[in-house]
Amino acid sequence: MAITQPDSRPADVQYQTPGKVLGRLAVYVTAFLWLFISGLPFLFVVVTSFKTIQEYMGDLWALPAALDFNNYIETFEGGIGRFFVNSFLVSVASVILTLLLAALASFPLAKMRFRLNRPLFLLFLSGSMIPVHVTLIPIYTLTNDLGIYDTLFALLGPYVAFHLPLAVLIITEFMSQLPHELEEAARIDGAGPFEIFRRIMLPLSVPALSTVGIYTFIFVWNEFVFALVLLSSRSNLTLPLGLMQFSGEYSINVPGLMSAVTLASLPIIVVYLIMQEKVVAGMVAGAIKG
Amino acid sequence: MARSTAVPHPLGSETASSSAMSQPSREFRFPQWLIALLFIAPALAVYLLYVVYPIFQSFLYSLRDWSGIGEGTFIGLDNYREALTDGTFWGAFRNNVILVIASILIQLPVALLLAVLLSSRFRGWRFFRTIYFLPLLLSTVAIGLVWINVFDPVFGLLNGVLDVLGLESLQRSWLGNEATALPAIIAVVCWQYIPFYMILFIAGLTTIPEEYYEAAKLDGASGWDAFWGITLPLMRGIIRTGAILSLIGSLKFFDLVWVMTRGGPNRSTDLMATYMYERAFASFRMGYGSAIAMLLFVFAFIAAGSTILIDQRRANR
Repeated sequence: MAITQPDSRPADVQYQTPGKVLGRLAVYVTAFLWLFISGLPFLFVVVTSFKTIQEYMGDLWALPAALDFNNYIETFEGGIGRFFVNSFLVSVASVILTLLLAALASFPLAKMRFRLNRPLFLLFLSGSMIPVHVTLIPIYTLTNDLGIYDTLFALLGPYVAFHLPLAVLIITEFMSQLPHELEEAARIDGAGPFEIFRRIMLPLSVPALSTVGIYTFIFVWNEFVFALVLLSSRSNLTLPLGLMQFSGEYSINVPGLMSAVTLASLPIIVVYLIMQEKVVAGMVAGAIKG
Repeated sequence: MARSTAVPHPLGSETASSSAMSQPSREFRFPQWLIALLFIAPALAVYLLYVVYPIFQSFLYSLRDWSGIGEGTFIGLDNYREALTDGTFWGAFRNNVILVIASILIQLPVALLLAVLLSSRFRGWRFFRTIYFLPLLLSTVAIGLVWINVFDPVFGLLNGVLDVLGLESLQRSWLGNEATALPAIIAVVCWQYIPFYMILFIAGLTTIPEEYYEAAKLDGASGWDAFWGITLPLMRGIIRTGAILSLIGSLKFFDLVWVMTRGGPNRSTDLMATYMYERAFASFRMGYGSAIAMLLFVFAFIAAGSTILIDQRRANR
């Protein structure tokens, strides 16, 4: 993505005019104002998560007296670990299945010529426009009929299906730009279509796959409405639903809730801080095309 | 950008056509279309089962008076008739429209301002960008739970900040008040999604050649002139993309409202999607819920379709 381009602008070596100083001041005032707006809630969450209930109900601006991890321990006793495992399993399985199915489908869409190529591609594309709510009730009954209601398997179908349009789009576009001399050479060596897919297409498409993978992972990790409809027992909940559960149980224990929020958000934020450019590019590519 | 994505790789299939896949070979081969379908089949099966089939199923459900158990009874278009005269549904629709308009009018200008700001590469811009982007990564549930407590009338951060600023008179129960609940939710929506449009616009800004600005500077144009004369016209396409995304996103909005207010107080924050969910899964009127879902689908389709149509007509001129 364009954001990853290096800074091409030459350093400004101009004399400081009053107008320029004023302009720079305006830039920083605006920048800090938005930093305040976007950052303060995060600070509020983290600071609150270390407070006792008494401290929380006291002075809003006071820092917690001690770095007290009791709230965190309590959320683990409340079972947040289970929600973590569930979210992790569902996210990883959804990403793998989405990438696998989308890559398989993208190969012929990008590289083969057959009559249904374009109609099928457009069929996949149109899925990105469909509001999930239209499918909610039928998927609920379908899940019941399949006998997988209130299991983590219930989530895989909708999660994979609703990320396929974007994944097929991005991977097909990417694969169609790969030079076809490569497959040609492999074919002359006697490789069949599946071998070409596995040995050439899949390894070369890693950049597109990682973009789709990051995007899908973040969205599945945070997904709410399908989990709300398809899960019910506590031991099967994913993190977003687990947080809802906590908020019902904790009522006045806001510090406890805030420590759960912190824990639930931490994995994505850590991934983001480690590979920022990749995450940003993935989110933008995903959302523009989606 | 949104438009260009609808055109699938015209070159891709052409270049592949000459490839050996369609060439005769020594041994027997499956026909090309069969191989292609074998590759596509797994994805297609999941997609048909979980996206395409439910849409038709939803339509069939919408013709029934059905609680979710048994078969229910066929009642033709009665659910639609009821919805179209249901004041609560239209109240939710109105809130959706307000959300769409407010989202576009607030998110896009603020995002553009921040994008231009960060593109000026002032000292420390990377740090600012890192923080600005954070809200987009949180789950909507987490965001909702945090902001419920920010808006809390007694212990909330917002009233605390107003207190410090000497604006005690503005303090109130933000989510408990019919007049302020929807604006409060819109504020959170903006907080969450402005980073997205900001990143979108930053990507757009980097495509504008630096020479344009240098030329303008030589002609004595101020930064302000350059913004109106160069940045805005050249960003028109991507701003329109942002508006379309914002429009479609706002129509199917659900999570945040469900977490923060469940449509209350007194339905002042109801949206079509929350009303649909409530009818179907809390009141067990699955047939009626399906009808509302179909209407939501039709509205989203019309909104997206008409903007794309206008877009194309403008591009053809």
